[in-house]
Amino acid sequence: MRIRIDPDKCQGHARCYGLAPEIFAVDDYGQASVIVDEVPDDLVAKAELAIANCPEYAIERVGD
Amino acid sequence: MPRTAPVSDWSSDFDVLDAGYVTNPFGIWDELRTSCPIAHTNRRGSTWLPTRYEDVTAMAHDIAHFSSLKVAVIPLGVEDDDGEGEAQLEYGLPPISSDPPLHTWTRRLLLPWFSHRRVDGYVAMTRELCQGLLKSFVDVGRADAAADYAQQIPVRVIAHILGVSSEMSDAFTGWVRDVLEFGDDPQRRAHGAGQLLEYFGAQLDFRRTNPGEDLLSELLATEMDGAPLDNDIILGMAALVLIAGVDTTWSAIGSSLWHLATHPEDQRRLAAEPDLMPTALEELLRAFAPVTMARVVTGDVEFGGCAMKEGDKVLMNFPAANRDPEVFDHPDEVLLDRTLNRHVAFGSGIHRCAGSNLARMELRVALEEWLRAIPSFALEDGAQATWAGGQVRGPRTLPVVFP
Repeated sequence: MRIRIDPDKCQGHARCYGLAPEIFAVDDYGQASVIVDEVPDDLVAKAELAIANCPEYAIERVGD
Repeated sequence: MPRTAPVSDWSSDFDVLDAGYVTNPFGIWDELRTSCPIAHTNRRGSTWLPTRYEDVTAMAHDIAHFSSLKVAVIPLGVEDDDGEGEAQLEYGLPPISSDPPLHTWTRRLLLPWFSHRRVDGYVAMTRELCQGLLKSFVDVGRADAAADYAQQIPVRVIAHILGVSSEMSDAFTGWVRDVLEFGDDPQRRAHGAGQLLEYFGAQLDFRRTNPGEDLLSELLATEMDGAPLDNDIILGMAALVLIAGVDTTWSAIGSSLWHLATHPEDQRRLAAEPDLMPTALEELLRAFAPVTMARVVTGDVEFGGCAMKEGDKVLMNFPAANRDPEVFDHPDEVLLDRTLNRHVAFGSGIHRCAGSNLARMELRVALEEWLRAIPSFALEDGAQATWAGGQVRGPRTLPVVFP
Protein backbone atom coordinates (compact mmCIF):
# COMPACT_ATOMS: atom_id res chain seq x y z
CA MET A 1 0.00 0.00 0.00
CA ARG A 2 1.27 3.46 -0.94
CA ILE A 3 -0.33 6.68 0.25
CA ARG A 4 0.24 10.41 -0.11
CA ILE A 5 -0.99 13.61 1.48
CA ASP A 6 -2.47 16.33 -0.71
CA PRO A 7 -0.65 19.38 0.69
CA ASP A 8 -3.39 21.72 -0.56
CA LYS A 9 -6.03 19.86 1.43
CA CYS A 10 -4.05 19.19 4.63
CA GLN A 11 -4.87 21.82 7.28
CA GLY A 12 -2.84 20.39 10.13
CA HIS A 13 -5.45 18.60 12.21
CA ALA A 14 -2.73 15.98 12.86
CA ARG A 15 -5.22 13.14 13.23
CA CYS A 16 -3.00 10.97 10.99
CA TYR A 17 0.06 11.57 13.15
CA GLY A 18 -1.99 10.84 16.29
CA LEU A 19 -3.21 7.55 14.86
CA ALA A 20 -0.02 6.37 13.15
CA PRO A 21 3.20 8.21 14.00
CA GLU A 22 5.06 5.32 12.32
CA ILE A 23 3.63 6.44 8.97
CA PHE A 24 3.13 10.20 9.25
CA ALA A 25 5.07 13.24 10.38
CA VAL A 26 3.78 16.77 10.97
CA ASP A 27 6.00 19.84 10.67
CA ASP A 28 5.99 22.97 12.83
CA TYR A 29 3.29 24.52 10.63
CA GLY A 30 0.98 21.51 10.87
CA GLN A 31 1.71 20.20 7.38
CA ALA A 32 1.59 16.39 7.43
CA SER A 33 3.72 14.11 5.29
CA VAL A 34 4.06 10.38 4.70
CA ILE A 35 7.43 9.12 5.94
CA VAL A 36 7.37 5.62 4.42
CA ASP A 37 7.58 4.67 0.74
CA GLU A 38 5.43 1.63 1.23
CA VAL A 39 3.12 1.09 4.20
CA PRO A 40 4.26 -2.17 5.87
CA ASP A 41 1.57 -4.85 5.97
CA ASP A 42 1.26 -4.65 9.74
CA LEU A 43 0.48 -0.92 9.52
CA VAL A 44 -2.08 -1.05 6.70
CA ALA A 45 -5.01 -1.05 9.12
CA LYS A 46 -3.59 2.05 10.82
CA ALA A 47 -3.11 3.79 7.48
CA GLU A 48 -6.72 3.04 6.58
CA LEU A 49 -7.88 4.48 9.90
CA ALA A 50 -5.90 7.64 9.20
CA ILE A 51 -7.52 7.94 5.76
CA ALA A 52 -10.97 7.48 7.31
CA ASN A 53 -10.42 10.00 10.09
CA CYS A 54 -8.84 12.90 8.19
CA PRO A 55 -11.33 15.79 8.45
CA GLU A 56 -10.01 17.26 5.19
CA TYR A 57 -10.00 14.06 3.10
CA ALA A 58 -6.35 14.87 2.44
CA ILE A 59 -4.87 11.34 2.47
CA GLU A 60 -5.07 9.33 -0.73
CA ARG A 61 -3.97 5.92 -1.90
CA VAL A 62 -1.41 5.94 -4.71
CA GLY A 63 -1.59 3.38 -7.51
CA ASP A 64 -3.34 -0.01 -7.15
CA MET B 1 -34.72 37.26 34.35
CA PRO B 2 -34.07 35.28 31.18
CA ARG B 3 -31.52 36.82 28.79
CA THR B 4 -33.64 36.08 25.72
CA ALA B 5 -37.25 36.15 24.55
CA PRO B 6 -38.81 32.68 24.23
CA VAL B 7 -38.32 30.85 20.92
CA SER B 8 -41.44 29.35 19.35
CA ASP B 9 -40.00 28.42 15.93
CA TRP B 10 -36.41 27.24 15.82
CA SER B 11 -36.23 27.22 12.01
CA SER B 12 -37.11 30.91 11.55
CA ASP B 13 -36.36 32.59 14.90
CA PHE B 14 -33.57 30.63 16.64
CA ASP B 15 -31.58 32.04 19.54
CA VAL B 16 -28.29 30.41 20.53
CA LEU B 17 -28.47 32.13 23.92
CA ASP B 18 -31.86 30.56 24.76
CA ALA B 19 -31.36 28.87 28.13
CA GLY B 20 -32.85 25.55 27.00
CA TYR B 21 -30.69 25.53 23.88
CA VAL B 22 -27.55 26.30 25.86
CA THR B 23 -28.25 23.40 28.21
CA ASN B 24 -29.34 20.91 25.56
CA PRO B 25 -29.13 21.90 21.88
CA PHE B 26 -28.91 18.34 20.55
CA GLY B 27 -32.61 17.61 20.04
CA ILE B 28 -33.13 20.99 18.37
CA TRP B 29 -30.30 20.27 15.91
CA ASP B 30 -31.75 16.81 15.16
CA GLU B 31 -35.11 18.35 14.31
CA LEU B 32 -33.63 21.14 12.22
CA ARG B 33 -31.36 18.70 10.39
CA THR B 34 -34.29 16.65 9.14
CA SER B 35 -36.81 19.45 8.62
CA CYS B 36 -34.92 22.59 7.71
CA PRO B 37 -31.80 22.09 7.69
CA ILE B 38 -30.40 25.67 7.72
CA ALA B 39 -32.22 27.78 10.30
CA HIS B 40 -32.51 31.57 10.24
CA THR B 41 -33.06 34.32 12.77
CA ASN B 42 -33.22 38.09 12.82
CA ARG B 43 -32.19 38.29 16.47
CA ARG B 44 -28.87 40.19 16.68
CA GLY B 45 -28.94 40.67 12.89
CA SER B 46 -29.82 38.31 10.04
CA THR B 47 -28.05 35.04 10.89
CA TRP B 48 -28.08 31.49 9.48
CA LEU B 49 -27.49 28.25 11.39
CA PRO B 50 -26.55 25.18 9.33
CA THR B 51 -26.89 21.82 11.08
CA ARG B 52 -25.60 19.24 8.59
CA TYR B 53 -21.94 18.18 8.39
CA GLU B 54 -21.90 18.59 4.62
CA ASP B 55 -23.21 22.17 4.75
CA VAL B 56 -21.01 23.31 7.63
CA THR B 57 -17.80 21.96 6.09
CA ALA B 58 -18.70 23.24 2.60
CA MET B 59 -19.25 26.76 3.96
CA ALA B 60 -16.07 26.62 6.05
CA HIS B 61 -14.15 25.87 2.83
CA ASP B 62 -15.92 28.52 0.75
CA ILE B 63 -13.95 31.51 1.98
CA ALA B 64 -14.93 33.56 -1.09
CA HIS B 65 -18.58 33.67 -0.04
CA PHE B 66 -18.16 33.24 3.72
CA SER B 67 -15.54 35.60 5.13
CA SER B 68 -13.96 35.49 8.57
CA LEU B 69 -13.88 39.27 8.95
CA LYS B 70 -16.65 38.79 11.53
CA VAL B 71 -16.32 35.60 13.55
CA ALA B 72 -18.17 36.58 16.71
CA VAL B 73 -21.42 34.73 17.33
CA ILE B 74 -22.41 37.74 19.39
CA PRO B 75 -20.40 40.97 19.01
CA LEU B 76 -17.01 40.64 20.68
CA GLY B 77 -16.05 44.24 21.31
CA VAL B 78 -12.41 43.76 20.37
CA GLU B 79 -12.98 42.83 16.76
CA ASP B 80 -16.51 43.70 15.84
CA ASP B 81 -18.22 47.06 15.83
CA ASP B 82 -21.59 45.95 14.47
CA GLY B 83 -22.70 49.55 14.36
CA GLU B 84 -22.00 50.15 18.02
CA GLY B 85 -18.73 51.94 17.45
CA GLU B 86 -16.79 49.55 19.61
CA ALA B 87 -14.14 48.21 17.27
CA GLN B 88 -10.86 48.76 19.05
CA LEU B 89 -8.39 47.01 16.77
CA GLU B 90 -7.95 47.91 13.14
CA TYR B 91 -7.30 44.32 12.06
CA GLY B 92 -9.45 42.50 14.62
CA LEU B 93 -7.87 39.34 15.98
CA PRO B 94 -5.73 37.91 13.18
CA PRO B 95 -5.58 35.24 11.93
CA ILE B 96 -8.99 34.12 13.21
CA SER B 97 -10.89 37.23 12.14
CA SER B 98 -9.14 37.64 8.79
CA ASP B 99 -9.09 36.21 5.28
CA PRO B 100 -6.00 35.60 3.14
CA PRO B 101 -3.53 37.23 2.69
CA LEU B 102 -3.45 38.64 6.26
CA HIS B 103 -4.69 35.28 7.58
CA THR B 104 -1.91 33.33 5.87
CA TRP B 105 1.14 35.08 7.29
CA THR B 106 -0.21 35.83 10.75
CA ARG B 107 -1.22 32.18 11.10
CA ARG B 108 2.26 31.06 10.08
CA LEU B 109 3.71 33.22 12.86
CA LEU B 110 1.52 31.55 15.47
CA LEU B 111 1.55 27.90 14.36
CA PRO B 112 5.08 26.97 15.53
CA TRP B 113 4.14 28.00 19.08
CA PHE B 114 1.56 25.21 19.04
CA SER B 115 3.51 22.54 17.17
CA HIS B 116 3.81 19.04 18.63
CA ARG B 117 7.39 19.79 19.57
CA ARG B 118 6.47 22.91 21.55
CA VAL B 119 3.38 21.32 23.07
CA ASP B 120 5.47 18.37 24.31
CA GLY B 121 7.47 20.96 26.22
CA TYR B 122 4.33 22.18 28.04
CA VAL B 123 3.27 18.71 29.27
CA ALA B 124 5.29 18.69 32.52
CA MET B 125 4.00 22.09 33.67
CA THR B 126 0.42 21.15 32.75
CA ARG B 127 0.66 17.90 34.70
CA GLU B 128 2.12 19.63 37.73
CA LEU B 129 -0.60 22.28 37.53
CA CYS B 130 -3.36 19.64 37.43
CA GLN B 131 -1.81 17.74 40.34
CA GLY B 132 -1.63 20.93 42.41
CA LEU B 133 -5.29 21.73 41.76
CA LEU B 134 -6.37 18.18 42.62
CA LYS B 135 -4.36 18.23 45.83
CA SER B 136 -6.34 21.27 46.99
CA PHE B 137 -9.66 19.37 47.04
CA VAL B 138 -9.03 15.62 46.74
CA ASP B 139 -9.33 15.10 50.51
CA VAL B 140 -12.45 17.22 50.81
CA GLY B 141 -14.62 14.71 48.98
CA ARG B 142 -16.35 17.30 46.84
CA ALA B 143 -15.42 19.92 44.27
CA ASP B 144 -16.71 22.06 41.48
CA ALA B 145 -15.02 20.22 38.61
CA ALA B 146 -15.67 23.16 36.27
CA ALA B 147 -14.72 26.15 38.43
CA ASP B 148 -12.10 24.54 40.71
CA TYR B 149 -10.41 22.43 38.06
CA ALA B 150 -11.24 22.80 34.32
CA GLN B 151 -11.37 26.60 34.44
CA GLN B 152 -7.99 26.84 36.18
CA ILE B 153 -5.90 24.87 33.69
CA PRO B 154 -5.77 26.40 30.16
CA VAL B 155 -5.48 29.99 31.32
CA ARG B 156 -2.27 29.19 33.20
CA VAL B 157 -0.75 27.29 30.29
CA ILE B 158 -1.57 30.17 27.94
CA ALA B 159 -0.09 32.71 30.40
CA HIS B 160 3.09 30.63 30.36
CA ILE B 161 3.23 30.64 26.54
CA LEU B 162 2.54 34.36 26.34
CA GLY B 163 5.23 34.93 28.95
CA VAL B 164 2.97 36.76 31.40
CA SER B 165 2.43 36.14 35.09
CA SER B 166 0.09 33.30 36.07
CA GLU B 167 -1.01 35.59 38.91
CA MET B 168 -3.07 37.30 36.20
CA SER B 169 -5.07 34.10 35.63
CA ASP B 170 -8.22 35.12 37.47
CA ALA B 171 -8.23 38.52 35.79
CA PHE B 172 -7.72 36.91 32.36
CA THR B 173 -10.56 34.49 33.00
CA GLY B 174 -12.86 37.35 33.97
CA TRP B 175 -11.98 39.44 30.91
CA VAL B 176 -12.38 36.52 28.51
CA ARG B 177 -15.76 35.65 30.04
CA ASP B 178 -16.83 39.30 29.69
CA VAL B 179 -15.88 39.24 26.02
CA LEU B 180 -17.22 35.81 25.06
CA GLU B 181 -19.72 34.47 27.56
CA PHE B 182 -21.38 37.77 28.45
CA GLY B 183 -20.86 39.46 25.08
CA ASP B 184 -24.57 40.23 24.84
CA ASP B 185 -24.08 42.72 27.68
CA PRO B 186 -22.42 45.74 26.00
CA GLN B 187 -20.99 47.01 29.29
CA ARG B 188 -19.31 43.76 30.27
CA ARG B 189 -18.10 43.25 26.72
CA ALA B 190 -16.54 46.71 26.57
CA HIS B 191 -15.02 46.30 30.02
CA GLY B 192 -13.42 42.93 29.26
CA ALA B 193 -12.10 44.03 25.89
CA GLY B 194 -10.79 47.32 27.28
CA GLN B 195 -8.95 45.65 30.17
CA LEU B 196 -7.48 43.00 27.94
CA LEU B 197 -6.14 45.47 25.38
CA GLU B 198 -4.82 47.80 28.07
CA TYR B 199 -2.96 44.94 29.73
CA PHE B 200 -1.41 43.63 26.53
CA GLY B 201 -0.58 47.17 25.39
CA ALA B 202 1.45 47.66 28.57
CA GLN B 203 3.07 44.22 28.19
CA LEU B 204 4.17 45.08 24.65
CA ASP B 205 5.63 48.40 25.80
CA PHE B 206 7.61 46.59 28.50
CA ARG B 207 8.93 43.95 26.11
CA ARG B 208 10.11 46.46 23.56
CA THR B 209 12.94 47.29 25.96
CA ASN B 210 12.98 43.98 27.90
CA PRO B 211 12.55 41.22 25.33
CA GLY B 212 12.14 37.64 26.56
CA GLU B 213 11.77 34.22 24.94
CA ASP B 214 8.00 34.42 24.77
CA LEU B 215 5.43 34.78 22.00
CA LEU B 216 4.88 38.50 22.58
CA SER B 217 8.60 39.24 22.36
CA GLU B 218 8.93 37.19 19.18
CA LEU B 219 6.07 39.06 17.52
CA LEU B 220 7.71 42.37 18.47
CA ALA B 221 10.98 41.23 16.87
CA THR B 222 9.29 40.00 13.68
CA GLU B 223 9.71 42.03 10.51
CA MET B 224 7.57 41.92 7.37
CA ASP B 225 9.11 43.43 4.25
CA GLY B 226 11.78 45.08 6.37
CA ALA B 227 9.40 46.77 8.81
CA PRO B 228 8.16 45.74 12.25
CA LEU B 229 4.59 44.48 12.51
CA ASP B 230 1.80 46.98 13.05
CA ASN B 231 1.15 47.33 16.78
CA ASP B 232 -2.57 46.61 16.28
CA ILE B 233 -1.74 43.30 14.59
CA ILE B 234 0.50 42.20 17.48
CA LEU B 235 -2.12 43.29 19.99
CA GLY B 236 -4.83 41.41 18.08
CA MET B 237 -2.74 38.24 17.89
CA ALA B 238 -1.92 38.37 21.60
CA ALA B 239 -5.56 38.93 22.53
CA LEU B 240 -6.57 36.10 20.23
CA VAL B 241 -4.21 33.60 21.83
CA LEU B 242 -5.69 34.40 25.21
CA ILE B 243 -9.35 34.58 24.15
CA ALA B 244 -9.18 31.46 21.99
CA GLY B 245 -7.05 29.46 24.39
CA VAL B 246 -8.95 29.87 27.62
CA ASP B 247 -12.62 28.99 27.81
CA THR B 248 -12.54 26.75 24.73
CA THR B 249 -10.30 24.13 26.32
CA TRP B 250 -11.76 24.73 29.76
CA SER B 251 -15.16 23.93 28.25
CA ALA B 252 -13.88 20.75 26.62
CA ILE B 253 -12.35 19.57 29.91
CA GLY B 254 -15.51 20.46 31.82
CA SER B 255 -17.86 18.76 29.34
CA SER B 256 -15.72 15.63 29.39
CA LEU B 257 -15.79 15.52 33.20
CA TRP B 258 -19.56 16.14 33.10
CA HIS B 259 -19.98 13.15 30.79
CA LEU B 260 -17.84 10.95 33.02
CA ALA B 261 -19.59 12.14 36.19
CA THR B 262 -22.98 11.21 34.71
CA HIS B 263 -21.87 7.95 33.02
CA PRO B 264 -20.25 5.73 35.65
CA GLU B 265 -19.70 2.88 33.18
CA ASP B 266 -17.54 5.14 30.94
CA GLN B 267 -15.77 6.50 34.01
CA ARG B 268 -14.85 2.98 35.19
CA ARG B 269 -13.82 1.95 31.71
CA LEU B 270 -11.54 4.93 31.07
CA ALA B 271 -9.94 4.65 34.51
CA ALA B 272 -9.34 0.90 34.01
CA GLU B 273 -8.27 1.03 30.34
CA PRO B 274 -5.91 3.96 29.82
CA ASP B 275 -5.19 2.66 26.28
CA LEU B 276 -8.66 3.90 25.39
CA MET B 277 -7.60 7.50 25.93
CA PRO B 278 -6.76 8.35 22.28
CA THR B 279 -10.17 7.34 20.88
CA ALA B 280 -11.97 8.56 24.01
CA LEU B 281 -10.45 12.04 23.63
CA GLU B 282 -11.56 12.36 20.02
CA GLU B 283 -15.01 11.07 20.94
CA LEU B 284 -15.43 13.55 23.78
CA LEU B 285 -14.24 16.32 21.45
CA ARG B 286 -16.75 15.18 18.82
CA ALA B 287 -19.72 14.90 21.16
CA PHE B 288 -19.04 18.11 23.12
CA ALA B 289 -17.26 20.30 20.56
CA PRO B 290 -17.33 23.61 22.41
CA VAL B 291 -16.75 26.14 19.65
CA THR B 292 -19.02 27.82 17.10
CA MET B 293 -17.41 30.46 14.88
CA ALA B 294 -19.30 32.90 12.67
CA ARG B 295 -18.74 33.94 9.06
CA VAL B 296 -20.08 36.96 7.19
CA VAL B 297 -21.66 36.57 3.75
CA THR B 298 -19.58 38.57 1.23
CA GLY B 299 -22.29 39.00 -1.39
CA ASP B 300 -25.82 37.77 -2.06
CA VAL B 301 -25.63 34.00 -2.55
CA GLU B 302 -27.98 31.06 -2.60
CA PHE B 303 -26.78 28.20 -0.43
CA GLY B 304 -28.78 25.05 0.25
CA GLY B 305 -31.95 26.74 -1.01
CA CYS B 306 -31.45 29.74 1.31
CA ALA B 307 -31.17 33.24 -0.15
CA MET B 308 -28.32 34.69 1.89
CA LYS B 309 -27.69 38.43 1.71
CA GLU B 310 -24.43 40.32 1.83
CA GLY B 311 -23.65 41.06 5.48
CA ASP B 312 -25.68 38.16 6.89
CA LYS B 313 -23.88 36.07 9.48
CA VAL B 314 -23.56 32.31 9.29
CA LEU B 315 -22.77 30.29 12.41
CA MET B 316 -20.32 27.51 11.65
CA ASN B 317 -22.14 24.94 13.70
CA PHE B 318 -19.29 22.45 14.09
CA PRO B 319 -20.92 20.96 17.21
CA ALA B 320 -24.06 20.05 15.22
CA ALA B 321 -22.02 18.76 12.27
CA ASN B 322 -20.36 16.39 14.73
CA ARG B 323 -23.73 14.83 15.53
CA ASP B 324 -24.95 14.39 11.95
CA PRO B 325 -26.23 10.79 11.51
CA GLU B 326 -25.20 10.95 7.82
CA VAL B 327 -21.58 10.90 9.00
CA PHE B 328 -21.59 9.30 12.47
CA ASP B 329 -23.34 6.11 13.55
CA HIS B 330 -25.33 6.63 16.75
CA PRO B 331 -24.22 10.28 16.86
CA ASP B 332 -25.89 11.06 20.17
CA GLU B 333 -24.12 8.22 21.96
CA VAL B 334 -20.65 8.69 23.40
CA LEU B 335 -18.65 5.62 22.34
CA LEU B 336 -15.21 5.82 23.92
CA ASP B 337 -13.80 3.31 21.45
CA ARG B 338 -15.27 4.93 18.31
CA THR B 339 -12.63 4.47 15.61
CA LEU B 340 -14.32 6.17 12.63
CA ASN B 341 -14.47 9.74 13.80
CA ARG B 342 -13.90 12.41 11.17
CA HIS B 343 -15.10 15.12 13.56
CA VAL B 344 -14.64 18.84 13.05
CA ALA B 345 -14.41 20.00 16.67
CA PHE B 346 -11.42 22.13 15.65
CA GLY B 347 -13.13 23.45 12.54
CA SER B 348 -12.54 22.67 8.92
CA GLY B 349 -10.52 24.39 6.21
CA ILE B 350 -7.94 27.14 6.51
CA HIS B 351 -9.07 28.28 9.97
CA ARG B 352 -8.50 24.90 11.66
CA CYS B 353 -7.88 25.74 15.33
CA ALA B 354 -4.23 26.77 15.49
CA GLY B 355 -4.05 25.54 19.09
CA SER B 356 -5.54 22.09 18.53
CA ASN B 357 -2.36 20.24 19.53
CA LEU B 358 -2.24 22.20 22.77
CA ALA B 359 -5.95 21.70 23.46
CA ARG B 360 -5.67 17.94 22.97
CA MET B 361 -2.69 17.76 25.29
CA GLU B 362 -4.42 19.81 28.00
CA LEU B 363 -7.58 17.72 27.77
CA ARG B 364 -5.61 14.46 27.91
CA VAL B 365 -3.44 15.46 30.86
CA ALA B 366 -6.39 17.00 32.73
CA LEU B 367 -8.41 13.78 32.40
CA GLU B 368 -5.45 11.48 33.14
CA GLU B 369 -4.57 13.34 36.33
CA TRP B 370 -8.20 13.64 37.45
CA LEU B 371 -8.83 9.91 36.96
CA ARG B 372 -5.57 9.02 38.70
CA ALA B 373 -6.50 11.09 41.77
CA ILE B 374 -10.29 10.61 41.63
CA PRO B 375 -11.11 7.42 39.73
CA SER B 376 -14.72 7.40 40.96
CA PHE B 377 -16.95 10.48 41.19
CA ALA B 378 -20.55 11.55 40.60
CA LEU B 379 -22.71 14.61 40.27
CA GLU B 380 -23.65 15.82 43.76
CA ASP B 381 -27.09 14.59 44.86
CA GLY B 382 -29.79 16.92 43.64
CA ALA B 383 -27.26 19.19 41.94
CA GLN B 384 -27.12 20.14 38.27
CA ALA B 385 -24.35 21.43 36.08
CA THR B 386 -24.90 24.94 34.74
CA TRP B 387 -23.91 25.64 31.14
CA ALA B 388 -22.73 28.62 29.14
CA GLY B 389 -23.20 28.80 25.39
CA GLY B 390 -23.11 31.04 22.35
CA GLN B 391 -19.59 31.08 20.94
CA VAL B 392 -18.33 28.47 23.38
CA ARG B 393 -20.44 25.82 25.11
CA GLY B 394 -19.39 24.14 28.32
CA PRO B 395 -20.26 23.73 32.01
CA ARG B 396 -19.58 26.69 34.27
CA THR B 397 -20.43 24.85 37.49
CA LEU B 398 -20.14 21.10 37.91
CA PRO B 399 -20.58 20.04 41.56
CA VAL B 400 -19.21 16.52 42.05
CA VAL B 401 -18.63 14.26 45.05
CA PHE B 402 -16.18 11.41 45.51
CA PRO B 403 -15.47 8.98 48.34
